[in-house]
Amino acid sequence: MAEVEADARFRVPPALSDENRSFWTSGAEGTLRFLRCQACGYYLHPPSPRCPNCGGTELVPEGVSGRGTIHSFTVNHQAWDGDDTPYAIVLVEMPEQVGLRLTSNLVGCPLDEVHIGLPVRVVFEHRGDVWFPLFERDEP
Amino acid sequence: MTDFERRSIISGIGQSAVGRRLGRTGIDLTIESALAAVADAGLDLTDIDGLASYPGAGIGGEGFTGPGTPEVQDALRLNLNWHSGGLEGAAQIAAVINAVMAVGAGLARHVLVYRTVTESTEQGSGGRAGIGVGSGDAGVATKGIGGPFQWSIPFRAYSAANWLAMSAQRHFHEFGTTPDQLAMIALNARRNAGRNPNAIYRDPMTLADYHASRMISSPFHLFDCDAPVDGSTALVVSRVEHASALDHPAVGVEAMGTALRGRPSWDQFDDMTTMAARDAGAQLWTRTDLTPADVDVAELYDGFSFLTMVWLEALGFCGKGESGPFIEGGGRIALEGELPVNTHGGQHSAGRLHGFGHIHEACVQLRGEGGERQVGGSVEVAAVANGGGPIAGAMLLTRHR
Repeated sequence: MAEVEADARFRVPPALSDENRSFWTSGAEGTLRFLRCQACGYYLHPPSPRCPNCGGTELVPEGVSGRGTIHSFTVNHQAWDGDDTPYAIVLVEMPEQVGLRLTSNLVGCPLDEVHIGLPVRVVFEHRGDVWFPLFERDEP
Repeated sequence: MTDFERRSIISGIGQSAVGRRLGRTGIDLTIESALAAVADAGLDLTDIDGLASYPGAGIGGEGFTGPGTPEVQDALRLNLNWHSGGLEGAAQIAAVINAVMAVGAGLARHVLVYRTVTESTEQGSGGRAGIGVGSGDAGVATKGIGGPFQWSIPFRAYSAANWLAMSAQRHFHEFGTTPDQLAMIALNARRNAGRNPNAIYRDPMTLADYHASRMISSPFHLFDCDAPVDGSTALVVSRVEHASALDHPAVGVEAMGTALRGRPSWDQFDDMTTMAARDAGAQLWTRTDLTPADVDVAELYDGFSFLTMVWLEALGFCGKGESGPFIEGGGRIALEGELPVNTHGGQHSAGRLHGFGHIHEACVQLRGEGGERQVGGSVEVAAVANGGGPIAGAMLLTRHR
């Protein structure tokens, strides 16, 4: 999976902690990772110390395919951070588990072509200590 | 079914001046609304033994929070048997629900409840801030954001406008809801505001005006977003025995809805087209013999227009996914329609009093004091709902007999 050039002038970074670091740095190896319960296979997002599905506590970051589908989206026009260039905010659902979703940005896609159901794949935008998982159209 | 709610009434209501950039402090506005509500309830400040607010101080800018309960208690020198302020709970209306619980439990006899905002003055001439990038959030931009907002803010999804736009977009996709249907919420609010002398925006708005307003976050135009104002709303929740002492009809508390059964998250909730309103709305009807058909007027939160559609479905005024056709053309939800909605102009046109404008208006309508905007016939039952996304609370109020 590729790294992409920064598409935004500015991003508020996450505050890294022992709990979330595996997620926010997983792009360093080019893989999107979620915490996964080793007892029942459930993916936990956001990270949590106990599997809410089975109660398991052996939780390990595991890579997923990085492919997903746009569950919903919005094209933002308001210059919240001072940048008035419109951009797409997307809610991507992963095929690995029903309801396993990420809010992210769709990059490299004309804004009038964004739609629910669009297949996408992860790309990483690296800034400082963080690899932001963004998505691009998954060309067949 | 329980009689718990029916141990309480709303005995008094009060509202301060409401407007854009009033330049007055939150405590000043709160004292104005509180004194009005206490007097309306036929009480003196020495009678008030409970105090509740949403969200309480210290969890955001002062323009958003208003004064905390200790500040108000001290300013009014209240002697309290019970007090509560907090952000977490069944949306803004949780402050009223908490007061009803305190009265029902016998912890207090007369609870003053208020919600105060000075967001218009705080915003000044600048634009509306998003989380993490507002003037008070400079530290977040450099040190990083933790907690639940780390899953949205780094992707420049800074505002509930963005999060709820995705909820609306999903509704459009699943049910064929159209932009012209969504527009009816804003148009209805503006039409009603034209009959409310205290509303902020009263000039007529056409469908063309709506579509011409700039896009904020698709499908939300500017006119799908509420208008920040300064203002304070207060009410008094009293034991039901106080009803006979009033010189106006008491507002009865019939039922409350506080449930939250899906994941409390803006993007992990199982059904993005409804979210927490579904649970609070369904629970409300388990606590009363009344049904949606009994409701004469509905004051449904409209921080973003789409949320009113969510509440129409969640409270069972129409079927799941059917709010678009239900409001098509706007006739059904107009003042003269079968279910008048947001009769004061909602937060779009009467100002973002953050849920409490809706509660106040439900009481006004039940008391028959709506003036030019009073719904015709006898208003016996009002539904009022607050919140959106993973935050929701609702109440069913009646004209007390």
